[in-house]
Amino acid sequence: MYLSVRDGLQGRDDTRVQASTKRPRVPRVVIVLGFVSLLTDISSESVAAILPLYLVAVLGLSTIAYGLIDGLYQGVSALVRIGGGWAADRGGHPKWVAFVGYGLSVGARFGLLFVTGLGAISAVVSADRIGKGLRTAPRDAMISAATPPEHLGHAFGVHRALDTIGAAIGPLLAFAILWLIPDGYLTVMVVSLGFAVLGLALLGLLVPDETPRVGPAEVDPKVDPKVEPRPRFRWADVADPRLTRLLVVAGVLGLLTVGDGFIYLALTDRGQFAVQWFPLLYVGTNVAYLALAIPIGRLADRVGRARVLVLGHLALAAAYLCAAAPSAAAGATIAALALLGTFYAATDGVIAALASRLVAPEVRASGIASAQTVVAVARLLSSVGFGLLWFATGPRTAMLVVCGLLVSAVPVAFAALVHLDSPRQVTA
Amino acid sequence: MNQGARIALFAGLVLAVGVAVTAYAVGDFQRYQEVHASDPLAASTGVDEYRSADRIVFRHTGVDNSYGQVAMVSLADPGGARAFTDVACDRVDASATGASCLVTERGVVTKFRALDLGVDWTVDHTTPLAGIPSRTRLSGDGSLVASTSFVTGHSYMTAGFSTATEIREVGGRSYGDLERFQLVIDGREVSPADRNVWGVTFRDERGFFATVATGGSTHLVEGDLVERTLTSVAENAECPSLSPDGTRVAFKVDLDPGADTRWSAAVLDLESGRQTQLDTPGIDDQVEWLDAHTLLYGLAREAEPGVTDIWSVDVRSGAEPSLLVEQAWSPSVVREASP
Repeated sequence: MYLSVRDGLQGRDDTRVQASTKRPRVPRVVIVLGFVSLLTDISSESVAAILPLYLVAVLGLSTIAYGLIDGLYQGVSALVRIGGGWAADRGGHPKWVAFVGYGLSVGARFGLLFVTGLGAISAVVSADRIGKGLRTAPRDAMISAATPPEHLGHAFGVHRALDTIGAAIGPLLAFAILWLIPDGYLTVMVVSLGFAVLGLALLGLLVPDETPRVGPAEVDPKVDPKVEPRPRFRWADVADPRLTRLLVVAGVLGLLTVGDGFIYLALTDRGQFAVQWFPLLYVGTNVAYLALAIPIGRLADRVGRARVLVLGHLALAAAYLCAAAPSAAAGATIAALALLGTFYAATDGVIAALASRLVAPEVRASGIASAQTVVAVARLLSSVGFGLLWFATGPRTAMLVVCGLLVSAVPVAFAALVHLDSPRQVTA
Repeated sequence: MNQGARIALFAGLVLAVGVAVTAYAVGDFQRYQEVHASDPLAASTGVDEYRSADRIVFRHTGVDNSYGQVAMVSLADPGGARAFTDVACDRVDASATGASCLVTERGVVTKFRALDLGVDWTVDHTTPLAGIPSRTRLSGDGSLVASTSFVTGHSYMTAGFSTATEIREVGGRSYGDLERFQLVIDGREVSPADRNVWGVTFRDERGFFATVATGGSTHLVEGDLVERTLTSVAENAECPSLSPDGTRVAFKVDLDPGADTRWSAAVLDLESGRQTQLDTPGIDDQVEWLDAHTLLYGLAREAEPGVTDIWSVDVRSGAEPSLLVEQAWSPSVVREASP
């Protein structure tokens, strides 16, 4: 028994994920949260895929007006993320903080059915992004709290794989609808609302509200957690030296992580293959990501999460090389997408798994939120800087420069983080 | 509520949402089939009718069985019978020798293409586009083609937006992305990272005008295909269009730079530098010159999504726009007699 005694169902063993240990490696709640993300990602990515086409083709907006919509609210999202982590830790109910985040997105989907103007659509999109920022850290804290420490990488891998399946289905579903009903934008939005409602309902009905103060490894099922006095939330606990070290290293590596968009554009600069398949490039990356999320997560559990996190950046460096290859035909494009997917599989879930166990349980969501915010802000800065380099030197040189910097940074990062892989995590 | 009841409730919700969404989709599909079964409101005729006539070529936007197809009307009678081609385009520019057509290819994987069409509306050459079609223009002699597409980010959370503008020889080699041309603004060579280029209009086989946006402002630039340069001419100008005699450029200006975007058309006399402001509310298009004194532009109908009309306005100040071709978009004027 690894969850709450209040919940009858979770006492039964789940044979599918039954491991040699007594507890299943991937708790049921992680799989349910994965399906919540899957449904929500189908919802958000289906609308995101058709929104530009809708604005340009139906509302007749020109390109630059859409740029204004899309460029807004990046910083807000980062702040909200920290706020979401703090609220989850402070209140002790991460489920309901996440619920508010998912609920905001449902509200935004609902609003999208009625708005037409540029300003209104922009407001709806930003509400959706705030919702996404708010829910991420509490949800990851719940995954971490429910999972035995030695299987965290695996659990996050399962969650991210399910999440990415949703992100891959969404756009394909949306374009399939538009294929059948060429002006059926409203149908796409209704379908999107349906998936968002189901995601929210799944979270509300079937995810238990656990206080993630103590991990399952430490839970004594005979003691009702409710009666324990809850330790107070202190920012000082977030500033654990080990987490700080992770944040600094992740920030530096983030500064050398340029957006996928640049890699795709560099590939189109080298040949027609990438131009022709441009709308599908991100699907290729997602397929690689979802295929590798679980195996790489398990690898991280075995050999150490900090190691995998840092070495995953070598896959990114190799993707840069592919984008800079002199004769980038089909092969280089496909290799670059596979490497990008590998990079995400080795970093996105792994850093949440790592950060969640570097801080005290009562500040876990804040710790995860800090790591994710540092990475997001560093990557945003990196894209701005890389844009300058791109225009100054051309795509190829720019890719080679950032590749060189990244390859030089990896050994330093490795040395700085390797001791975070405690012997407990590395099962001999 | 125990776990079993929660699962039952969720299963019921899945069923209810599934039924409701499917019902809506089926209803929408039937509505689409119905409205797109009807014939166009305008009288129609064969393409051969206008083969040697001066004509306006455009994208038909009536909600009927010809939605999105390229059609044409006689310049002498724009409200008269329209001739439909069997080519569908999002943006089209026609000349006496052919046409450039930017098209969205629907499918589970939606792709975008630029088609070089011959005189008989057959596809001579296909070029993949990286994003949503935005603008296209042919040079006066029909030998060069420019296309602007709108490349969006790949994920909901990325702030990815850029235009990709390319000039090619029709059916032949490309001059590459105009963003890579050397940019000179107010006499100084600059290379800002946030530059975007769009809306080309050709002067001749070497020179052209376009829009460059950087740092929140837009510039009218003069381009040179041989030197590979873009040199700023004026500020606050988007989607230029050179007059038939080559002395003036019409474009849209942002009347209210800053938070809001409110465009109107303006005409710049290249010789004197004098700019005439027109009153064209709601304009968001690359205008086309009908003759030496008249501009054409598309305007979306407010209450009918996807339906647009072509309006005309006299460039001598004080004139009011008037509706020229109903249910039409992306106009281009083809004169058989003139070069």
